[in-house]
Amino acid sequence: MKYVILAFIGLVVAPLAGGLLAGIDRRITARLQSRQGPPIRQALYDVLKLFGKEGLALNKWQIICAWVYLIAAALACTLFFLQSDLLLIFFVQAVGAVFLVMGAMAGRSPYSQVGAQRELIQVLTYEPLLVLVFVCMYLAAGSFNISDILAVESPLLAQLPLAYIVLTYILTIKLRKSPFDFSTSHHGHQELVKGVLTEYSGPYLALTEVAHWYETVLLLGVCALFWTTNWLWMAVLLMATYFLELVIDNTMARMTWRWMLKYVWGIGLAMSVVNLIWLYAG
Amino acid sequence: MFKSLIKNSRAKSPWIMHFDCGSCNGCDIEVLACLTPLYDVERFGVVNVGNPKHADVLLVTGTVNHRNKKVLKNLYDQMPEPKAVIAIGACGATGGVFRDAYNVVGGVDKVIPVDVYVPGCPAKPEAIIDGVVEGLKKFQQKVEQAG
Ligand code: SF4
Repeated sequence: MKYVILAFIGLVVAPLAGGLLAGIDRRITARLQSRQGPPIRQALYDVLKLFGKEGLALNKWQIICAWVYLIAAALACTLFFLQSDLLLIFFVQAVGAVFLVMGAMAGRSPYSQVGAQRELIQVLTYEPLLVLVFVCMYLAAGSFNISDILAVESPLLAQLPLAYIVLTYILTIKLRKSPFDFSTSHHGHQELVKGVLTEYSGPYLALTEVAHWYETVLLLGVCALFWTTNWLWMAVLLMATYFLELVIDNTMARMTWRWMLKYVWGIGLAMSVVNLIWLYAG
Repeated sequence: MFKSLIKNSRAKSPWIMHFDCGSCNGCDIEVLACLTPLYDVERFGVVNVGNPKHADVLLVTGTVNHRNKKVLKNLYDQMPEPKAVIAIGACGATGGVFRDAYNVVGGVDKVIPVDVYVPGCPAKPEAIIDGVVEGLKKFQQKVEQAG
């Protein structure tokens, strides 16, 4: 019974929460720009509307890729709530990320092609770091299993402060926020129109959007694992992290992928290795 | 239930694509003014997208000429149904002050069907917002008639 409830939370509640979070995100962003902003449920309206639109797909591949992306993201999120293995979750979500890129490559539009290449580079940037963060968690908690990580006595954040900072970099890349928003720009009036998402339209765009909500919740879930001993502090940690993301998004310019690769790998690898050595020596 | 949810959402999330079809730029500036903090059309869920495949509403400013009528038709055809077209300004409606020029075809409705005309030279941002709201009502009706 417990597993059924957990699976339900992962499969149904998580994307709804992700959708609301996307709405809150837009609202706060608007306020930071001294605008009124859309209602909180705006992201849900957008996706529902997209489902009601005519399905114009380029070819079968694009449809398959959109579905696989959604299923992989939903599966990874559900596995997370079922307290499964972190490595397994990592590989499942990686499959989804790659299929999004393949779907974008199915079209010949230069925007989606360039967007797909950039998205691939983003995946290349954060995947090794994510593995390193998981390894740090393994060394600190003694297991890749989420149920074991939940059982630790003191918050992981105390042992893994640097790994958490690396995780926020990953979160920024995954949420496609400035300065790392070059594979799909949030506002479609820039050089790349909508990047990887340019060729997805109507219901297929809606699928990728829902998959994105799953991924957001999954990553925030991983952030939450850093403070599992106290619910209140976990909530504070998550809210502070997300607010920081928004402030970064609104104060940063868009950078290039070369800069991202150099900067995130340089700092990210250094910080996670230092944290690993610290754990090992300490 | 799902159907009615979708129907309600439609009016709440009009994504707009703006096409400058040879306008003098007066109307374009007014369209973009709608996005500024003063008018902030995102309040109504309006997003200014640059991609016809994501758009619900096509805002056209300016006159149509022999060069860009193909582009206008192409953009319109790329938008998935249901969709609405709004012609902005005197130029969009009839050709305006450029009506008699040798290269001008006329208003937007010479090339694609137009749902709403927003008058003015240039049209005021308030009028444009009203036009979008009116356009949404139109396409709600269209969807209902289609079943
Ligand atoms: S209606 Fe007036 S302001 Fe608008 S494009 Fe025509 S001439 Fe310019």
